[in-house]
Amino acid sequence: MAEQNAMKRNVLSAQVDLSKFHFDDSVFEKATDEEKKQQDVMSESTTFFKDGMKKLMKNPLAVGSIIVLIFIMSVIIVAPHIVPYSYSQIISVNGRRDKTAKNLKPFEYSENELEYIAEGGEVFPHIMGTDAQCRDYFIRVVYGTRVSLAVGLFASILVLIIGLLYGSISGYMGGKVDLIMQRIVDIIYSLPDMLVIILLSVVLNETLGEKLEGTSFQSLGVNMISLFIVYGLLYWVSMSRLVRGQILTIKNNEYVLAAKATGAKTGRIIAKHIIPNCISVIIISTALQIPSAIFTESYLSFIGLGVQAPMPSLGSLANTAREGLQSYPYKLIFPAVVICLIVLSLNLLGDGLRDAFDPKLKK
Amino acid sequence: MFRYIVKRVILAVATVFIIAAITFFTMNAIPGGPFASEKAPSESVKKVLEARYNLDKPVGEQFIIYIKNFLHGDLGVSLKTGRSISTVIGESFPISAKLGGMAAVTAAIVGLILGSIAALKRNTFIDRFIVFITTLFTAVPSFVLATLLLYVFCIILKWSPVFDPERTHYVLPVIALALYPMAYITRLTKTSMLDALSQDYVRTANAKGVAGWKVIFKHALRNAVIPVITYFGPMLAYILTGSLVVENIFTIGGLGTKFVSSITNRDYTMIMGTTMFLAIIMVTMNLITDIIYSIVDPRIKLD
Repeated sequence: MAEQNAMKRNVLSAQVDLSKFHFDDSVFEKATDEEKKQQDVMSESTTFFKDGMKKLMKNPLAVGSIIVLIFIMSVIIVAPHIVPYSYSQIISVNGRRDKTAKNLKPFEYSENELEYIAEGGEVFPHIMGTDAQCRDYFIRVVYGTRVSLAVGLFASILVLIIGLLYGSISGYMGGKVDLIMQRIVDIIYSLPDMLVIILLSVVLNETLGEKLEGTSFQSLGVNMISLFIVYGLLYWVSMSRLVRGQILTIKNNEYVLAAKATGAKTGRIIAKHIIPNCISVIIISTALQIPSAIFTESYLSFIGLGVQAPMPSLGSLANTAREGLQSYPYKLIFPAVVICLIVLSLNLLGDGLRDAFDPKLKK
Repeated sequence: MFRYIVKRVILAVATVFIIAAITFFTMNAIPGGPFASEKAPSESVKKVLEARYNLDKPVGEQFIIYIKNFLHGDLGVSLKTGRSISTVIGESFPISAKLGGMAAVTAAIVGLILGSIAALKRNTFIDRFIVFITTLFTAVPSFVLATLLLYVFCIILKWSPVFDPERTHYVLPVIALALYPMAYITRLTKTSMLDALSQDYVRTANAKGVAGWKVIFKHALRNAVIPVITYFGPMLAYILTGSLVVENIFTIGGLGTKFVSSITNRDYTMIMGTTMFLAIIMVTMNLITDIIYSIVDPRIKLD
């Protein structure tokens, strides 16, 4: 072929006739391996996850929130092992209940404790003082944070599971199934969620209360269970809408069509194409769901529909603190600051995750 | 357009009906019934009472009666005080509506102004400051904010009394309710304003030599407001639920206080009536928002 082309070469052609030149090593010098490497501008190969983490770590707000969250987590995990008090019991000095340890200021000791210290005993300081029932306030705030975080996390996971299943079925099936499922979603979406939560909490309190006695759910409290039930019933809606939207756009992409054309089965398309492409969006909105669940829980605890009595939550602590606001303002400040810190850092972390992992939002 | 509105209205009516059903049947599921209190009346009195409140009829029929009464504006009587719920709502709702309305207007105006400033002064100190403040405000629950405001202004500074049954100035409760929606509106406005400012029509107006303020107000802001309108419904829901606790904290005798006290008193008929009333307001407001949105932005899909 090459020879034929050379034969047909037009006389008037301005193209350089390479056959007239002779190339050998004397004309060109071969690049050494080192020089070749210098030309190599390829960055290290990276995965989607690594790439996202790198971007996340460059975001000072997100890193700050991670540090704050890790700090709070480690405190609530470690503190109950170090602090010798319990969240539900009156402080006891030298084996006796100390009724004088009422409403102590942070790092203040009660009369009995001072006596005991004078005798040579050691008393663990009340970092945040004590409450009106002579309980160490620090450990109550720690347990309150535990409860609030756990509620937020479980509620979000519940929302994730239900929303993911519902949304993916609705999105993937399409047609009439999708239509009916979306009408149901429309109606649930327009229900005023807070009102329904309050309503169901009141009712479940009455109906479930006796049935739960003696079971492991009792310590959790009816209100928490009703909160989870309501979350399971109502809050998955926006998650399912998100999943459905994601699946609908991904389903119509060329690579899915290509996979279908080459004979890929439904299972393979879902596992290889749809899930990896929408997983980041789903994780991000789950992360953003946690603070909203914490908000809801603290709100319900605040109006008296929260966790069962001796168990504290940040909302119920803030509510009890209102009674002595004039004399003991710090009792409100501590739980309030913890709620704000958790919600703020989760929000900022969620925003950071979205910027780092959602390629469609890259600017 | 007409079809869209009809569809929305049907959905709204269906929602109200479902809420009515949920409220009615959940309240009915409570064991014991309304007259099983500590002062249990005798059998004959109970029968008369049950006949009077139609409690002797089957549940299905009771529901129909409930809906019928409800359509006539009769929400029943309070179990604890014996007063007509419609009267109680009629007395206390105007107070809540005043408070909520002021909070909504404040949030919208301040949010729009701050959001526009942040967008116009993009990447300056002012922008960063506004973003910082609004991010902070979205992390503070309204009840925490209300209690802190009460502490700072009523207890430390003593600018206003802590307990005031006839509270006339609503500054603190309005701030407590308005800050979160204000922060949200600011963020929304900033994004949509930035989007509007980068549009071709703004560039054209600038190129034609239209005065700077005129471009901002006539071209950019008008278009930037549209996405903010969608937040109207959720904002109202937030303010309504927020006012339940804020009214309590500031001892304002509005519907919120009545609702929370009916929860603590286990006054079921009152809870039912108030829930229905609040739900209807929320659904109506969402409906109005959707309709307004479809009018101001005809591009949205009317399918």
